[in-house]
Amino acid sequence: MIDKIRPGAVDCLTGIRSGSSVAIGGFGQTGVPLDLIDALCDRDVRGLHIIANNGGRGLPGERGIGRLLKENRVRRLSCSFPVNPDFFRRYFAGDVEIELVPQGTLAERLRAGGSGLGGFYTPTAAGTMLADGRFVVRYGEGGVVRETLAQKESRVIDGRTYVLESPLRPDFALVKAHLADRYGNLRFRLGARNFNPLAAMAAGCTIVQADHIAHDGSLPPDDIHLPGPFVDHVVETAGETVR
Amino acid sequence: MTTAQQGLTRAELARRVADDLVDGWCVNVGIGVPLLLPEQATPGREIVYHCEHGLLGVGPAPQGAPDPDVTDAGKNPVTLVEGAASFDSSLSFAIARGGRLDLCVLGALQVGENGDLANWLVPGGNPGVGGAMDLVAGARRVWVMMTHLDKQGRPKLRKRCSFPLTGPGVVDRVYTDLAVFEFVDGVLTLRECAPGVTPERIAALTEAAYSVDLRGESI
Repeated sequence: MIDKIRPGAVDCLTGIRSGSSVAIGGFGQTGVPLDLIDALCDRDVRGLHIIANNGGRGLPGERGIGRLLKENRVRRLSCSFPVNPDFFRRYFAGDVEIELVPQGTLAERLRAGGSGLGGFYTPTAAGTMLADGRFVVRYGEGGVVRETLAQKESRVIDGRTYVLESPLRPDFALVKAHLADRYGNLRFRLGARNFNPLAAMAAGCTIVQADHIAHDGSLPPDDIHLPGPFVDHVVETAGETVR
Repeated sequence: MTTAQQGLTRAELARRVADDLVDGWCVNVGIGVPLLLPEQATPGREIVYHCEHGLLGVGPAPQGAPDPDVTDAGKNPVTLVEGAASFDSSLSFAIARGGRLDLCVLGALQVGENGDLANWLVPGGNPGVGGAMDLVAGARRVWVMMTHLDKQGRPKLRKRCSFPLTGPGVVDRVYTDLAVFEFVDGVLTLRECAPGVTPERIAALTEAAYSVDLRGESI
């Protein structure tokens, strides 16, 4: 019998260790698996490589990615829009690394990783600092540049310049779904879908917090946004968007 | 003394851009003043607003309680209109790169007279690109909404962008608080001055070289 439903978040997260790479769904605060992140913060993990679109806002008492950054659990953030002022301060001080990735490229790199692809060519970022090897990923003391984004291979296809992007294959994904069943089938809600199914596809181990679980059966086949084989563990949470 | 305050307000600028949107267009609106566009309905025109994390059919801010799962690119609460759709961020950027966006409207730090756009990084500042590079690479048209001058009073329409590019040669039109410019066969062209603003004033506040063709109607 297949049953991916777990009684609590803590047991699902034991595989995540210091230095693990973790993709996290969400756009701003929409569709962020806040309860899973809180449970992760209960564990003694540091030096994470977080792959997520945003970096939180650095507000007091903030949950989500901002909490991971504030508690200094993140070594490297692969994202499109970091925003968080405190994290920027530590980036310029050389304490943390930022791999800045255009938002659509970030989504597609996760999708490629989850689809068994070796990468893809995109026109996005061609002719910019995010493709030419100048963007600083890591500073050293006194503003010395320690690491930049590698210059991307480019290729002219049908007269247009494209750059080669690599797949992302994080160790883990933390995902928020609206509905789930014991097979791990997921359904998302409106703008909360965003990066969640892509993070789930890409990761070696995917942990889901669902607003609701269909305890008495399964989701109707046509209602499923992401099928169960991409999902390892499902935890039911209070459901911040219950309606 | 020249100041930018005599031009259009943000809401007036949004109204001016909304006047040029075509019935049936699919339009992405970026962070900043473009987010005011869904508030500017035009009778007789249906515009489908795209939000890059994965929504089509975004409408104005809600009158009642906001839905936390329905936000715009700036993470502000919005509504969904009839015909709306939701999808993941990969599909959302397939809409952009795949050429299904008739238009994207973005803010800008600088625009070059060659159509270059710089809107994501002031050198030495905090980097954050969002979906801007994907959108300008994919949308069929790219329009910029911005103040004519930056906060230091320097022209944003420049010979060349000095800030890192979002995309090379991507801009089709520029709407500022003072004027409307269009790239006509690759040549930056002044199309319109805001009410009370003279062409001479525009010339004094613009570094970029441009042609003047004020006869041209929109589109």
